[in-house]
Amino acid sequence: MNLHEYQARDLLKVAGIPMFDGDVASTPTEAEAIARRVGGTVVVKAQVHVGGRGKAGGVKLARNPAEASECASQILGMTIKGLVVNKVLVVPAAEIATESYVGLILDRATQRPVFMVSDAGGVDIEEVAAKTPEKITKLAVDPRYGLQPHQALTLALALYRDWAHVKAATRIMHQLYTVFMSNGASLAEINPLVTTPDGKVLALDAKIIIDDNELDRRPDLAVLRDESGEEPSEVQARRANLTFIKLDGDVGCVVNGAGLAMATMDLVKYYGGEPANFLDIGGSSNPEKVVNALKIITADPNVKVILFNIFGGITRTDDVANGIVAATKQFKVEVPIVIRLTGTNEAEAFKILESVGMAAMNDMDAAVSKAVALAKEAA
Amino acid sequence: MSIWIGKDTRLVVQGLTGREGSFHARQMIEYGTNIVAGVTPGKGGQQFDNTVPVFHTVADAVAQAGANCSVIYVPPAMAAGAIQEAADAGIPLVICITEGVPVLDMTVVMPYLQERGVRLIGPNCPGAITPGEAKVGIIPGSICAPGPVGLVSRSGTLTYEVVNHLTRAGLGQSTCVGIGGDPIVGTNFIDVLAAFNDDPKTEAIVMIGEIGGTAEQEAAEFIKANVKKPVVGFVAGQTAPKGRRMGHAGAIISGSSGTAEEKFAAFEAAGMGIMRRPIDVIELLKAKLK
Repeated sequence: MNLHEYQARDLLKVAGIPMFDGDVASTPTEAEAIARRVGGTVVVKAQVHVGGRGKAGGVKLARNPAEASECASQILGMTIKGLVVNKVLVVPAAEIATESYVGLILDRATQRPVFMVSDAGGVDIEEVAAKTPEKITKLAVDPRYGLQPHQALTLALALYRDWAHVKAATRIMHQLYTVFMSNGASLAEINPLVTTPDGKVLALDAKIIIDDNELDRRPDLAVLRDESGEEPSEVQARRANLTFIKLDGDVGCVVNGAGLAMATMDLVKYYGGEPANFLDIGGSSNPEKVVNALKIITADPNVKVILFNIFGGITRTDDVANGIVAATKQFKVEVPIVIRLTGTNEAEAFKILESVGMAAMNDMDAAVSKAVALAKEAA
Repeated sequence: MSIWIGKDTRLVVQGLTGREGSFHARQMIEYGTNIVAGVTPGKGGQQFDNTVPVFHTVADAVAQAGANCSVIYVPPAMAAGAIQEAADAGIPLVICITEGVPVLDMTVVMPYLQERGVRLIGPNCPGAITPGEAKVGIIPGSICAPGPVGLVSRSGTLTYEVVNHLTRAGLGQSTCVGIGGDPIVGTNFIDVLAAFNDDPKTEAIVMIGEIGGTAEQEAAEFIKANVKKPVVGFVAGQTAPKGRRMGHAGAIISGSSGTAEEKFAAFEAAGMGIMRRPIDVIELLKAKLK
């Protein structure tokens, strides 16, 4: 789960990481009040989960509180890459002497939290990693013992020579490690960590991603989810315990299992079509899940055909067949449905579908190519 | 036996009396797996289906029933503790089916296991099956058949799809191992590839990867340098958008890294057979096994 910048700032603040003053606003009046409080020129930043906010006009400079109000009224309510902006962050446009990068990620290779720091900050760190990897210092932390003082010092020394800066940054490394571990993060990033002309070390922008697997045991983190900032169909799917990601194509896919769901999308593409979504109905089937899946997919006006691809293992294919029948009784599905079912209770599933005049296949390639052909006919 | 599990496996099921645990234990018994014990704290002394003794702890299951392999079906928040308990009881092979284990928990579990020399498969995996001998986990036994093909995969149902193609084409399997879809898993592709390479019953290997991370690329390098048997590979997620978690916690393309194309390119460089579709496994393997 990605946090908004203002939410990430809140978590850093709790850990004591120094930052410029600033706050989040939902109305132009609030933005104006914040600008007045922090004084001077401010930056008004859209809080949405997409990259390229600046290019889309979602980040503006305001020289005084009146301008901050004006900027906020322009940004609030605008749509960036399909997502409506409901909140803006108002922070001072401070003078900066240097910019660095400090990130902590859950690393697959070392199976540990790994710090990555670089004095080439404020830029895309992946680009730095690709072009000039020698500019990045990496350090794996053993979570059983935590970040050791000498490790934090080594990281700080990779960024600064001035001892006051080094001391301040050492402290920030410990604080960021605490933020990461205590919030079940898979990424915690300060980019940039800046020094000011008067010698302070401050976090200017922050990004935190929480491991979705933490949310069940951490209701305090789960409430940070901002559903208004997500694709509505994806929110609806999550509430129905489905994993759904909307895409731009016209072949709607309902699949059990994440790997098979991806392979199904790939096969749609292989046969010349474009998938409309990723949808995993999960391992244990119940007919209600299928009904919800069909509701979500049929709500997408781009969808020209719906493709079921179910390999019954734990999932019983007769449950899925019952779900399809139940859904088509509850509401009219306007587009053709192509059904591929194989595995557990396949014979019963075929009978259930035949009894309502629907046909099923048991070969994945045949079903996918048929679905693609139907989508092309309808286009 | 082929690799890791077989006729000698004496299995303890952690979470046996739960919904998932009891359902799959019955399927495993039906397949012929030797389940010697179950563990549910608080239910020690009971019998499961009048045949399997239930113990409070894994240590009791080892001492009294001689368990030498564990499979875990406990809820995600308890999974890390269950894995560590099995390791402390002296179980050398632990297979964790549970999906949704917090990744930070795994950063602590892994060094714990390494210190004790314990192999973990998973979490968030379908387990393993040596057709005709034993299955540990949730892979449907009916789609498998004994034979010369070793299979390793990050996925569940996609594994079934490929195994089904193999069996229908008369290509049986030595062992199938699902290593799991999480960012941190106990056993990686290379561990399984090395075991298949050394296993006299395995003549060819199928590797099913997916987007996210670089495990497939590292495996391809290992294959090029070490594996003497033919290997064919597939990568799911060729059409996945960047930055989105595709169901599996590990299946996410970050920046430019972890794409399917990158992984297929590594497969080609290693001289592997390239499966563009799951069904391609048949022709590729038939050609290599001749």
